[in-house]
Amino acid sequence: MLYFSKLKIISVVIFTLLLSYFSLSNFTKIDDDFFKKNINLGLDLQGGSYLLLEIDNSPVLEQQIQNKLIQIKKFLKDKKIPYKNFNIIDDKKISFEINNEFIDSTSNLLKGKDSEINPYYDQFKTNQFELLVVGNRFELTYSRYGLIQLKSSSQNQAIEIVRRRVDEIGTNEPNILKRGNDRILVELPGLDNPDRIKSLLGKTANLTFRFVTQNEEESFGTERLSFLDGSDESIVSKRIILSGDNLIDAQPRMDSESNQTVVTFNLDRVGAKKFARATTTGVGKKLAIILDGQIISAPNIVEPIVGGAGQITGDFTFQSATDLALLLRSGALPAPMKIIEERTVGPDLGQDSINAGILSLIIGFTLVVLFMFVKYKIFGLIANITLISNLLLLLGVLTLFEATLTLPGIAGIILTVGMAVDANVLIYERIKEEIKNENNKILAFDSGYVKSRSTILDANITTLIAAIILFLLGSGPVKGFALTLGVGILSTLFSVYFIARLMTAQYVIKNKDKEKLI
Amino acid sequence: MTKSNIPFNKFYKLFNILSLFLILISFLLLIFKGLNFGVDFKGGTLIEVRSLDKSLNISDLRKSFKNLDLGDVSVKKFGKDNDYVVKFEKKQSIEENFIENIKIELRKDIGNVFEFRRVESVGPKVSAELLKSGVIAIALSLGAMLIYIWIRFEWQFSLGAIAALFHDIIITLGFFSMLSLEINLSIVAAVLTIVGYSMNDTVVIFDRVRENLKKFSDIKIYDITNISINETLSRTIITSMTTLLALLSIFIFGGAILKGFSFAMILGVIVGTYSSIYIANPILIRLNVTQKTILKEEKE
Repeated sequence: MLYFSKLKIISVVIFTLLLSYFSLSNFTKIDDDFFKKNINLGLDLQGGSYLLLEIDNSPVLEQQIQNKLIQIKKFLKDKKIPYKNFNIIDDKKISFEINNEFIDSTSNLLKGKDSEINPYYDQFKTNQFELLVVGNRFELTYSRYGLIQLKSSSQNQAIEIVRRRVDEIGTNEPNILKRGNDRILVELPGLDNPDRIKSLLGKTANLTFRFVTQNEEESFGTERLSFLDGSDESIVSKRIILSGDNLIDAQPRMDSESNQTVVTFNLDRVGAKKFARATTTGVGKKLAIILDGQIISAPNIVEPIVGGAGQITGDFTFQSATDLALLLRSGALPAPMKIIEERTVGPDLGQDSINAGILSLIIGFTLVVLFMFVKYKIFGLIANITLISNLLLLLGVLTLFEATLTLPGIAGIILTVGMAVDANVLIYERIKEEIKNENNKILAFDSGYVKSRSTILDANITTLIAAIILFLLGSGPVKGFALTLGVGILSTLFSVYFIARLMTAQYVIKNKDKEKLI
Repeated sequence: MTKSNIPFNKFYKLFNILSLFLILISFLLLIFKGLNFGVDFKGGTLIEVRSLDKSLNISDLRKSFKNLDLGDVSVKKFGKDNDYVVKFEKKQSIEENFIENIKIELRKDIGNVFEFRRVESVGPKVSAELLKSGVIAIALSLGAMLIYIWIRFEWQFSLGAIAALFHDIIITLGFFSMLSLEINLSIVAAVLTIVGYSMNDTVVIFDRVRENLKKFSDIKIYDITNISINETLSRTIITSMTTLLALLSIFIFGGAILKGFSFAMILGVIVGTYSSIYIANPILIRLNVTQKTILKEEKE
């Protein structure tokens, strides 16, 4: 175990130097072109906000079921299949009845790979809807993958809108990721007050223009909605004149005549046409501007608006007008979202944590190094040099993978310092035993290494297992702990078996005749 | 240098009774007192407040938060003199302007003499999931350890090692229950690390037990364990010393956030080192491990 080939020595030295260079490049930029990577600081260290949003898909589901019902009705009509008693059960099932003679033909049309109306997903080997036929009663329910498909499509739309909204606010390097199939994770480094972003992300921003009506019996139906400030209520038609989809731009403005803050908007061609028609026929009526089920304002239509541009008045401050314009520009979410987890760390707490982490690392390191030196003298020195290179390797690997360092991650590094010497201790203690029965020092050292090897591997693999499981199942900062602990074990094994062994070998071969070697 | 020769095996019975007693107390504490789950696992909101005005004291802060109608509010000192942690259980899901509103109300009440350094809000669904994944993580790592050690050693050894692990986890949790220390995500990490460390310690002794069983054909397991513990004793002491030095450094200098985490680990290292000697080894004796146990395995 003490013999090293020249090639091996050179590779170990090069590998160690390279990783040390990577780790040191975090502190001083030596050559930007050669190596640019850095360790990222977690939100708990640099300060920032972590928001987990959950999409509430039930309105989408309801809407999709409604659409499907209409499609199926039309489909059956086209195929000349008489049906009756169509209805929706619990917002998730479509049910209808068919005359006996059509049961087989209808069920063939509604299932299998070639169904026109019930799409088949090849990769999941299932249709969008599961079909259940009881007597002459047909029931269609979303299949598991049909639901997943629906959820992930609304997640895709939502993440796009979230991205636009966050970009509009302009924070640095936001991190927006999918979680599961109905969640979105937003990480906003450096942001210590996420309230504005939170209020913007929580809004669906579904904008509609609808007429205010006195007449409760309109063909489209009516509903009673309250004003945004809660002051009043009004009956509005369910007929949508125009929706936010037709908007191409929105900006906050100061209206020079009324001296009020307003939001001006521009419509696309279709929207402009619709708006012109509605405002021409509706002169004298009140047009309600509705955002997420609440009326912003309901101005009188004084004259037709034909230019495709308009403005929204309301009781705005400049901030709220800016936010509304931003929401309208970035578009409506497919479904409402809720913030289900928030973790925000202010920048000075982050800095305090970094300082505390570094202080405890320095103190912990110094104590361990002193202890080892007092206990093992020259071999303690070797163990300590190993410990330093171990730390450099650990940081080097983390840099190479651009890993995220968290506060528990720093704790993991300190713990690695404490536990890393274990392997060298096991070896040295074993050598001490071997030296009693073996006169040849070199042989004693060699068998010390050999006999302790399986123990060291066992001991480290057990800790590595714990670290891997924690990394896979842990979340956020705790993952950072698992990462440094796990990488720390690997770098420890490398530095003990290559760096420390190399140094020990050189020393022992030179001093083999010394009386008390260890 | 002379090897130690401490008759550890003389005290097996005594310490086993002590351990059983501690486990029993821990169980009773866990059942009747329960654990103090933090917002990670219980849901709710935590705010770390720093007061910028020396005259603002904890009861002022408590009074102002009580007025906000947030349900059960607890205000505690945290780390430095002027830092406090406020926790409350908000039943409904997190509203968008919820934190901002608290700030506004608080400013009205006590003036602008505070800052929020940290806010953690966890909804009930997420906290339930975090708890579940924490429990799964611990169960999975115990399972993985069991399998690893089963492959590497004979079943008697794996049983001994696992018993030692359960012993460590239960007693550590018992301590947390007794002292009402908060259980959060980082405590799960600490428990897993304790599992790794305790296993590590046990494996070192077991490796030596195995080696000595092969070496001495005429010594009974009762004495073999004692020889092995003594032979590995200086390593056990040195490694737990260096690990404890590192952990104490985190505990003292690492800031308030890492206090619970490092405390759990310090506790775990002490209990883990003890259990490697006094739980894992007596089980080998109870299970009648002999030289044959090792030979049988090797023939297979």
